[in-house]
Amino acid sequence: MSVDAVIEAKGVGLTFQTSDGPVRALTEVDLRVEKGDFVSFIGPSGCGKTTFLRCLAALETPTAGSLTVNGMSAEAARQARAYGYVFQAAGLYPWRTIGGNIRLPLEIMGFSKAEQAERVERVLELVDLKGFGRKYPWQLSGGMQQRASIARALAFDADILLMDEPFGALDEIVRDHLNEQLLALWARTQKTICFVTHSIPEAVYLSTKIVVMSPRPGRIADVIESPLPRTRPLDIRDSPEFIAVAHRVRDGLRAGHSYDD
Amino acid sequence: MKRVAPVLVVVGCILALWYVMAVVMNTQWERDQAGRAGVSVGWAQIVPATMRQERPVLPAPHQVVAELWQLTWVEETEGRRGLVNSGSLSNRGLLIHAWVTVSATMLGFAMGAGFGIFLAVGIVYNRAMDASVMPWAIASQTIPIVAIAPMIIVVLNSVGVAGLLPKAIIAAYLSFFPVVVGMVKGLRSPDAMQLDLLRTYNASAGQGLWKLRFPASMPYFFASLKVGIAASLVGTIVAELPLGGAGLGTRLLAGSYYGQTIQIWATLIVAAILAAGLVGAVGFVQVRVLGRMGMRA
Repeated sequence: MSVDAVIEAKGVGLTFQTSDGPVRALTEVDLRVEKGDFVSFIGPSGCGKTTFLRCLAALETPTAGSLTVNGMSAEAARQARAYGYVFQAAGLYPWRTIGGNIRLPLEIMGFSKAEQAERVERVLELVDLKGFGRKYPWQLSGGMQQRASIARALAFDADILLMDEPFGALDEIVRDHLNEQLLALWARTQKTICFVTHSIPEAVYLSTKIVVMSPRPGRIADVIESPLPRTRPLDIRDSPEFIAVAHRVRDGLRAGHSYDD
Repeated sequence: MKRVAPVLVVVGCILALWYVMAVVMNTQWERDQAGRAGVSVGWAQIVPATMRQERPVLPAPHQVVAELWQLTWVEETEGRRGLVNSGSLSNRGLLIHAWVTVSATMLGFAMGAGFGIFLAVGIVYNRAMDASVMPWAIASQTIPIVAIAPMIIVVLNSVGVAGLLPKAIIAAYLSFFPVVVGMVKGLRSPDAMQLDLLRTYNASAGQGLWKLRFPASMPYFFASLKVGIAASLVGTIVAELPLGGAGLGTRLLAGSYYGQTIQIWATLIVAAILAAGLVGAVGFVQVRVLGRMGMRA
């Protein structure tokens, strides 16, 4: 195992025991994510992309295979606070201000008051929400709330950012804007990002590595190393390279028989 | 004015109905009196007479108000044992009884709310308590309080506990239940995502309780406190029924022994005012607390 492997999965499987019998959510997932990668997981509902992300976060425990995060088990990595997690919904506490929400992980992790304040200011600036620290979540738009939740995940400086369809509920214009900002943020912070989506353009635009998944049972259908440069203006989406990658993703999705049934 | 007008209309309707019912219910006595005296009376004599009986079946509102005034303001300012002449509240007036009842209610409410929160936290965090406590809590509330209150008081008295505490225990007995139910619901109100979020921070159970579950439960908490404080007042009054001394419950029982219907009604009105005041006080705190938490209550 090389030093650079942030995430290494070998034969990872997860079978849920339900009252209707076992459900195989994931089978034989092999994946290697290197430091600084931006990895997208794409596939139809039920392909196990969110489940795999939750395995990385040790919110689920695989029933087969081996999984290491930062060279340790996923559970140990969770306890070491190795990652920040951004959920589908912003999930900000309505009784805390934006600043208070970002401070939440810092309070839990025992940062000093001065350091909390300094970090809150820093990440608010990072997600372009400077000056909104004293507002309550309901005073912000959906896109701003989601940015605040990203700031919350960044506040404690974990090297890994796990994002579960963070922009899924937002409209396309806001989404484009946030994608652009996310790339800028990734460039500035050098984090390793795992990003779940079901939008092909979003996956291709953001990622250095695209993991195409297919359902029943959830498995990896294709892993595409993106040939696109790391710096990507929005109009890169009209370039032939972009279209070629998008095409391959679509083929991968189709090959997984994801739309047959 | 827009907020006051509907309230006044409702109060007016209740008063009108009350007067009508007073006439209807007190007429028989007037007729019996007239029959015994051998005179015949018409409605013109009966209706005014029903308004000023000494022991009416249903006293008219103005009689109750006059009694209330007499037993509070007049008694304290002019009575020999009143506040002005003796320096302490008169034991013939209603204020001392109201005060005794309120203090037992508050003590019982504090005990009940505290116990309720304790049980709710236990139910949410402890599997054994989750499985076992709720049926007992429900069973405790199915026992008629009138049946169990005198027994608790007698038992406590025999071990030397008297005064405020036995009454407060009855009040707590009634008020812990809504707090348990509301707080269990409130502590469980955070969704799976918010709990997962704390897991990703590797937060301890205590941090989860203080930073997520308690704040999230506040709206439920205050709703249950409002029910709880009213139940606490009822508990205290019921507990006072078999007791001598002071208290609205004692006063109610005395009134019914001697057929003092006007006095009973005056006492009931005081109890109602107290209940409204207590619930209002909880509401006041609720608006302040939730307001400071950025919520619109």
